This record gives sequence, structure tokens and C-alpha cells, in this order.
Amino acid sequence: MSGTDYNFAYLDEQTKRMIRRAILKGVAVPGYQVPFASREMPMPYGWGTGGVQVTAACLVPEDRLKVIDQGADDTTNAVSIRKFFQKTAGVAVTERTAEATVIQTRHRIPELPLTEDQILVYQVPIPEPLRFLEPSEVETRKMHALEDYGLMHVKLYEDIARHGEIATAYAYPVKVEGRYVMDPSPIPKFDNPKLESAALQLFGAGREQRIYAVPPYTRVVSLDFEDHPFDPSKAAHPCALCGAEDSYLDEVIVDDAGGRMFVCSDTDYCAGRREAAA
Amino acid sequence: MTPLLEVRGLTKAYGGRIGCAEVSFTLWPGEVLGIVGESGSGKSTLLNCLAGHLAPDAGQVIFDTRGEGPRDVLAMTEPERRMLGRTDWAFVHQNPRDGLRMRISAGGNVGERLMAVGARHYGEIRAQAADWLARVEIAEGRIDDRPSAFSGGMQQRLQIARNLVTGPRLVFMDEPTGGLDVSVQARLLDLIRGLVRRMGLSAIVVTHDLAVVRLLADRLMVMKDGRVIETGLTDQVLDDPQAPYTQLLVSSVLQA
Repeated sequence: MSGTDYNFAYLDEQTKRMIRRAILKGVAVPGYQVPFASREMPMPYGWGTGGVQVTAACLVPEDRLKVIDQGADDTTNAVSIRKFFQKTAGVAVTERTAEATVIQTRHRIPELPLTEDQILVYQVPIPEPLRFLEPSEVETRKMHALEDYGLMHVKLYEDIARHGEIATAYAYPVKVEGRYVMDPSPIPKFDNPKLESAALQLFGAGREQRIYAVPPYTRVVSLDFEDHPFDPSKAAHPCALCGAEDSYLDEVIVDDAGGRMFVCSDTDYCAGRREAAA
Repeated sequence: MTPLLEVRGLTKAYGGRIGCAEVSFTLWPGEVLGIVGESGSGKSTLLNCLAGHLAPDAGQVIFDTRGEGPRDVLAMTEPERRMLGRTDWAFVHQNPRDGLRMRISAGGNVGERLMAVGARHYGEIRAQAADWLARVEIAEGRIDDRPSAFSGGMQQRLQIARNLVTGPRLVFMDEPTGGLDVSVQARLLDLIRGLVRRMGLSAIVVTHDLAVVRLLADRLMVMKDGRVIETGLTDQVLDDPQAPYTQLLVSSVLQA
């Protein structure tokens, strides 16, 4: 089958309109989870079906798309989704953060600060920050509606009581514009400060059928205690390849004798720094 | 003096069946009211209607709020009622599993109400939790244990600590000593009586155990088939029952 057998960006126009309405509502109410009629996509749930639908609804033919998975452009998930849109939308693609207009991401925010011309689309496995604290979805929606968020701090309290510090390292809960508590998808808490960004950030959860958004320059505060403030920690090493000390690092096991190295998780950031140094 | 709680004509029906009908009473500050009756007499329905867990079909529940004086609880908005439910009110369930978070440590359980009303200082929350655990005779070293590792009596005491930490003025108790053996019951009753007297709490205690109301309650209300059939001072009702059903109830107790 050739690419021309698809509508632009795979989804039909009615579906894209439906998703765009959900996105607009999400932008109007920052952090609020908007239900939408998620479609079956040609990939399994958990592989980014929500992000793909949001991206499909945002793309225009002039866009330049970048897809990252855990910061890397060259992993299976990123490569597959990039190919998917190359085939179904025929849009240009890039690995350079600065050149992209739409970036779909799984579990990272690029190190390079984003601009007002960019859209960052997150793949979200579990949109409900209260899910593992309150099993009833009816009750969690009520808690969001009534701004009844004491339970979120109970979780942080438990962390400190058990580990001596807030041990939540990813999917760290944030409060958006002083109102909704939001799960920022499983990004490391190192990335939480970057949620206050110039770019539009959209979150799509396909299986859970929810879309939410953080508009540009929205206030995003990581929850904490007065005497245990939020700490965006990272591994205490420089990148072994580019020497960066300010980027989030992956630990890579390099042999079976305990050898390991720390490298930037954002491959484009790392490559850009090495090019500049060369 | 303004009554703390005034209930007028409270009625709740489950379809054609009556849950409770035309219940009216007044609760004064510092007073403990016992509600007794057999299973199915509408005690728990009444308590759940009062505490806002069930929506009654008719009637008024007027509570003397701290800020705005007497207000009809049933006419309040949901956020207001929830706020009341975790500040001025407390609810002690018969089964501690219903009132506790079993997967969260004892300290977290006690601290939850504090965090729900805006406490954001870990050290202070923990200090208050430790203080309350001591007051209900739970060793401080168990603050990080989960309630599932506690005995039934300890779980019930933990539930009480968790409820009283925000200094409520009105406590609803549904069979607080149910399912505990007699020696544990006695100590728990002792503890509750001490706390109620010291903190000047008002309480509504639902039970079928006459020994519990004899010890705790100032006044008694006897229910049968959803209606209140007799009210009076506890000793008066228990020692000189007037209604035939109350006579039966009192004479049914085995004398040890």
C-alpha cells in the first residue's frame, strides 16, 4: 500500500476535528484532563497511541517533525513513529530540536529550551495523578473538581517517612496555574522545571482517552513540603561523550565487569555539543 | 446557648421501605448522645444521613458552624460539606478498614486530615501525628508501620487519632467497639470517654451494645423500625424503660 491511500496524517478529518476540540478545551483549562474518543491506531496501546493522535491532529504539511523516545531519536519507538508520519503525512522530519516545529516525546523534555513556534506532544500512559492513591475514577474526578488534593501530599509524606526524602523520581506531580494537579507523564523530575516553557505542551493518553495541555508560559509548580523542597536531581557525573554537566544522564553498562558510563539522554543535545567542540 | 446540632424531621426511605422517619433531636455542646436499637432499626441510616454520606429525602440538619453560626448542612455545597467533614466533624467507622488507608503508614493516616486542610510542613505534621499516636496509646516506634500490621484494637485507636487530629467538635461513631473482645473494648471505651471529656467533644454514638451507651452517653434515643420510640437521660431510659420495646431490649441483656 502506498502512502497516498491515507488521509493526511492517517486520521480522517472528522476525527482530527474532534481531537482539536479536545486540545482547545485542554488549552483553555490548563491541566484539566479532557476526555476524547480515542481511536484504534496501527500500534499497540502503550506505544504512544495518544501522542500519535494529538500529533496527527496538530500536523500541517509545512511542519517539520521530531520524535524522541527517552531523549533519543534513534530508538524503536521514535523511529517507528517518525516513519509513520513520513509515510502518512509526508512531512519533513529532523533530529534537531531547534529545527523542529512539532516534537513528539516519550518520557523526556529536550534539553534545549523550546520556543513559541514549537509544539511538544507527550505520550502519556496514565494521565490520572491520583490513580494509585484513590482507585475510584468517580472519586478522583470529584477530587479534581473540588480541588481536594490532600491525598497527593500523603503520598509524598509516605516517601519521606520511608526513604528520608521524596523518592518519587519520575511522573512527579505538579500543580498547573494554581489549580489542577497534573501527572506530567513519566518524565524524570529533573525535567519538571522545564514544564514552564515558551512552547505549547500537549499530553495525549490513548488507552485512557484523555488529552490535557500546558499552554505557553503557564505556571507549573512541583508539589513539595516546606521543609523538604522539590529537588530536580540527576546523576552526579558529567556526560562521558560531550562533557555536559547540566543535562540529564543515562547510565549505560558497558561490560560485565561493572564498567559503566554516563551519557546524555538527549542524543541531539549531546551530538550538537560534540559538533561544536570539534 | 446555641445547640451544636439540631435535626428536624429527618426522613430517608429506600424505595417503599423506611430507613428512618421523622427523626428530630437537639445535641448540645459537650453532650454525648447514644442511639440504640436492634439491627435494621435505622440507626446507621440516620447516622449516615447526619454525616452527609447519604442524602435524606426530607428534613434539616442544622450545625452551628464556627464561622457563620447555625447552617443547614444539607443545603451546603459539596466543597463546604467536605471541608466540614475534615475539620469540625469526624466519623469513626465500625470497621477500621473503612476509615483507614490500609496501605499508608500510621503517621500518614493521622497526617492526612492535616494535609487535606493545607498543612505543608513535614516535620510539624509528623510531630502532631506522633503526639496523637501517644494519646491513643500507640507506641511511637510504630509510626511508620502500616495499619495492616496492627491488631484490631490498635486499628480502632488509630482511626480515632486520625479523626481527632484536626480538633473536631462533633464526632459520629458507628459501633466503635464492634468486633473487639471485652478487655480491649473496656480500654477503648475508657480512652474515648477520656478524650471526649478532655476535648469537650460532642458525639453521637450508634450502637446495639447497652454497656457502651451506659458508659459513654449522657442521653439516649431508642429506635425501632426507623422511628424514635423513646428518648431521655441514659440512666433513666435504661433503669426505667417506658416503651415495650425498650423494656424488651433492656431485659435481653445477660447479667454477668
